[in-house]
Amino acid sequence: MHGLINRSIERFVHDTYGDNTWQDTMRRLDTGIAEFEPMLTYEDELTVRLMKALAHVLDRPEADILEDIGTYLVSHPSFESLRRLLRFGGVTFVDFLHSLDDLPERARLAVSDLHLPGMELREITSEYFCLTVHSEQIGMPGFGYAVMGLLRAMADDYGALVMLEVQENQGWHETIQIKLLEAAFASGRDFDLGARVG
Amino acid sequence: MTGMADSTDIGRVMDGLCPMHAILDATGHIVHAGASTHKLDPSGVVTGKRFLEIFEMKRPRSATSMQDMMAMAGVKLHLQLRAAPRTGLKGILIPLGQASSFGPPGGAIVNLSFGISILEAVNDFSLTSADFAATDLAVEMLYLVEAKSAAMEASRMLNLRLQGAKVAAEEQAFTDTLTGLRNRRAMDHVLNRMIDTRQNFALMNLDLDYFKDVNDTLGHAAGDHVLQSVAHMMVSETRSDDVIVRTGGDEFVLIFSRLKSRARVAAIANRLIARLEEPILFGDKECRISASIGATLSGDYTNPTFEQMLDDADVALYAAKRRGRGQHVLYEPALREPDESEVVYMPERRRG
Repeated sequence: MHGLINRSIERFVHDTYGDNTWQDTMRRLDTGIAEFEPMLTYEDELTVRLMKALAHVLDRPEADILEDIGTYLVSHPSFESLRRLLRFGGVTFVDFLHSLDDLPERARLAVSDLHLPGMELREITSEYFCLTVHSEQIGMPGFGYAVMGLLRAMADDYGALVMLEVQENQGWHETIQIKLLEAAFASGRDFDLGARVG
Repeated sequence: MTGMADSTDIGRVMDGLCPMHAILDATGHIVHAGASTHKLDPSGVVTGKRFLEIFEMKRPRSATSMQDMMAMAGVKLHLQLRAAPRTGLKGILIPLGQASSFGPPGGAIVNLSFGISILEAVNDFSLTSADFAATDLAVEMLYLVEAKSAAMEASRMLNLRLQGAKVAAEEQAFTDTLTGLRNRRAMDHVLNRMIDTRQNFALMNLDLDYFKDVNDTLGHAAGDHVLQSVAHMMVSETRSDDVIVRTGGDEFVLIFSRLKSRARVAAIANRLIARLEEPILFGDKECRISASIGATLSGDYTNPTFEQMLDDADVALYAAKRRGRGQHVLYEPALREPDESEVVYMPERRRG
């Protein structure tokens, strides 16, 4: 698994629960690693174990934690650059949904060895979409929950009102049902093309 | 004329396909422009102005009239805004033809793009995704620049951390990389341990003589070779539990455990000097050096500290150097007396 993913989990735990929780988790993991390097690659299995250890330390289901991580990545100020990169996907939330098919490719353009699971968006009606997340491609069951958390935060960012629900499928992939209640519910957050984050 | 497009239609088509275009009439005045083109002018409206009033033609050559511009039809144009921030633009001009019913007869369409100046332009003109054609890669390029900068920054941070880790590892190392002897850090560690456990030991400061000449005449490679040979000689002249430290360029400290006889120290010092005076071969060149030694014994102190012992060994070393090269001196307090050490005492500076 790419270090960026492990590092995101680390930052989430740090910023949300504090350093002690992180230390506890890493002790439970017992790898001799204290923190993850975002630009190195780690064994896939390590991330799976990391999530299990974290679920134990926090005493919460993995799915809930993953969803929180997804939301954190878009809404926390220290990941502003990620929010911006996602906003490049489209002018409206629906545009953005349609850009998700390209997300793994966009990620690879930025970091050539970052592999994200493939995603397929189906537009059932103009207000109802299904997004399949192929978590099995990166050996991380439940990745779809993180995508759902991310979608929730992105909908907020665009000012759209949505209802989201994850359905687990056979063979480690998830389908997210997206009901768009109102495309312009709130004003959302600004996105200025030229306001690059340093 | 039914079924024939008029200039309203062409404007609508161009607005959709090329948001940064201008339609010129036969005199070179702008009769219609895309929303992004209007943003380029400080007034916010370019319609009715002469194209060359707003844009300066730079390449392939300058232009002062519509005729000049028409002569450059179909080739890549380099233009520049006349008003600040004098942004550079790329463009192409397609004449509409004299009998055109599709736009003004004798006029032309110019389509513009920012080219590489896009990064500044998005800020200068507050551009949004809507200012670019759906097929334009400009937004993808902005994405890429931003994504790559973020990735590059992450890599730079990784490099800094690795560099820091390397420095830390070097600082923690106990070995001198050139000679394989112990380094100063190891020496502090060993001396502290010996003093804490109240062991008897002898401390020798050894400086190579004439080493600088070798370096100066035969070069650093020869110097390094001499240092490595010297290290080898010292190791073979000492016992395995003695500690040999390279503290600086050609400076060494030797620690002899369980040694408390002044005569034994003198014998070892003489043997070391004799050994180091043997010629060292570097290729077909012969390097000749010697050594000066200042020594002290922990048994001579009631409460030895390693700072004091190192300092005393240093005083003895300088006394040895003053007596000529290839000498050794065992420390005694008399060495610190002014006539012997020729120390000039400076009056203590008053504190401000």
